[in-house]
Amino acid sequence: MDKRQALAFLHDMLLGRRFEERCAEEYMKGNIAGFLHLYPGEEAVAVGVIHACETSDYIVSTYREHVHALVRGVPAGEVMAELFGKRGGCSRGMGGSMHLFDPQRRFMGGYAIVGETYPVAIGLGYGIAMKDLPEAVICFFGDGAVNQGTFHESLNMAALWKLPVLFVCENNQYAIGTEIHRHSAVPEVYKRAAAYRIPAERVDGMDVLEVHRATEHALQQIRAGSGPQLLECLTYRFRGHSMADPGHYRPPVEVKAHQQTDPLELALRELSLVYPTPEQIAAAGPDALLKLRQYCFDQGHLHEEGFEELERQVQDEVEAAVQFALEAPEPTLDDAWQALYCNRRGEILI
Amino acid sequence: MAEEVLIWQALNRALDELMAADEDVFILGEDVGLYGGSYRVTEGLYAKYGEWRVRDTPISEDSFTGLGVGAALMGLRPVVEIMTVNFALLALDAIINMAAKVPFMSGGRLPMGLTIRTPGGVAKQLAAQHSQRLEHTLMNVPGLRIVVPATPQDAYWQLKQAVLSDEPVIVLEHELLYFHKGPLDPTAPPPPPHRAVVRRPGRDLTLVAYSKMAVLAGQAAERLAEQGIEAEVIDLRSLSPIDWQTCVDSVARTHRVLIVEEDCRFAGAGAEIAADLTERCFTQLEAAPMRLAGLDMPTPYNGTLEAQTIPQVDDIVAAAHRLVKEAS
Repeated sequence: MDKRQALAFLHDMLLGRRFEERCAEEYMKGNIAGFLHLYPGEEAVAVGVIHACETSDYIVSTYREHVHALVRGVPAGEVMAELFGKRGGCSRGMGGSMHLFDPQRRFMGGYAIVGETYPVAIGLGYGIAMKDLPEAVICFFGDGAVNQGTFHESLNMAALWKLPVLFVCENNQYAIGTEIHRHSAVPEVYKRAAAYRIPAERVDGMDVLEVHRATEHALQQIRAGSGPQLLECLTYRFRGHSMADPGHYRPPVEVKAHQQTDPLELALRELSLVYPTPEQIAAAGPDALLKLRQYCFDQGHLHEEGFEELERQVQDEVEAAVQFALEAPEPTLDDAWQALYCNRRGEILI
Repeated sequence: MAEEVLIWQALNRALDELMAADEDVFILGEDVGLYGGSYRVTEGLYAKYGEWRVRDTPISEDSFTGLGVGAALMGLRPVVEIMTVNFALLALDAIINMAAKVPFMSGGRLPMGLTIRTPGGVAKQLAAQHSQRLEHTLMNVPGLRIVVPATPQDAYWQLKQAVLSDEPVIVLEHELLYFHKGPLDPTAPPPPPHRAVVRRPGRDLTLVAYSKMAVLAGQAAERLAEQGIEAEVIDLRSLSPIDWQTCVDSVARTHRVLIVEEDCRFAGAGAEIAADLTERCFTQLEAAPMRLAGLDMPTPYNGTLEAQTIPQVDDIVAAAHRLVKEAS
């Protein structure tokens, strides 16, 4: 992990955070409508996982996918314009917040029906395996999605045919408002993979380094031909399920406790020149990050100014994205018909 | 050169030729491989193309249909067989929420060269859970194409056209037609997959039907001709879209229309056809369009009752007499 990569992580986490905060503002202003599921708190998962991928890998995501798309490289302006329902959006204004697509970047969609990501992912995986390509598929899903039939159906097929799919559970511990112990008989999601003999690991999803290390390891195995892997990232969303959900079902003490493990804060602490290896973090014990922060302060390694500069840069990016979205034209009904009949190649049907 | 083949053989031949021509075509479904397909449609293909291209799946309809969606997104041409349309109910999320909508939701950025073949209909005493058609459900989904072949020639070409199309196409096959024989001429130019066809010209009334009911309508027309009534028989061939022009032209000649369907009457395909033709041909019609359909009842197991729940040739003949009499 060199400094450049660490800074890239930090940039993307920060961008994800600011982008989502701005989305909430734009939603209140009425520029964004519909369901809006925000990601603050979970950034370490998107950044840790997607930074470990090749550009030729495919990403399949859920309805909480803005940051996945941003980290994948979908321009922030195109994501914001999509949320605004504009023609300049990555789905031309037909998809909205829950349906971001960018085939060019192999971002194969946000799916708004819980449990749909697995079949799409194994379909892509099947094609890769059939053609013996070196690519892999990342399949994101939440803890609430593990009780859908497709989880079991698709994991079974993925294991049976050794498909190159990394199943990534973003376990934020709530299925909308139902806490995991109330929705899952086996709340340790990674243990469920054993039912299909899929190697699985549970990691601290608030720690971008750990997520990244685990993803790299899993992808190595997948590319070696060992079949699917599952990664469970324990994380927490700081907001409610959607903008319509204030999240009152969560005890304030719980929310507060998780905010203290804010992945962005943790990442900042880690960005301390003497960048720790996963082994060092492990060796330092559970308080590694807090200890490290203290160490960095003591050593005078925290770059307060550099960070402020980065934050300004990200704010500018988000501002530019909003401007792009505001100025983008509205799609027409003709655009909608074209989207529907995109695959007709000019064919007249009758 | 036409030869006499069974519909399953026509479908099998189409798949074989498609797979030989394009490595991106692959088949998946329950028992399509080693077993050869429950209606023999995929017979011999597993041995020829191997398990990656003819894949036996677990009994997981939603996921393996969704697998087809995912594969189509990367430009492959999956042909998913859902063993019977009754099981397609488990895959409706993949069909309706995914296959039909993803190209649109992506703003027209993604292809969906997915074909779903599924047998359905009332067969022989299979009882309520194995005897139904789902066209009413699928017709109401924008973005899906539905073809309903009734002859080997149509089965062969419509399946080929479906697989070559970049749109999601459902091929609704009828269980009782697989062993139905007819000519197949692969060298004859194929009609557009969605065009209806006049199977028999007539002047007294138009019979609009599809799938097995198109075959029965043809038999009824023969009987009616002996009784002095000339019925024009239209086989729709496609339920989404519907070739209205062929129907309208026919009604302009006959001024009466009888719609025959096997599915339940209430909110069925026939309701759509009757309503649309009324709007399009109101001034041409001498009587309200008449519908002959299955009873609004789950299919009983008992064979005699089963036959009573769906239109038979006698019923079509009697209804045609009523319609002609009413309108004269």
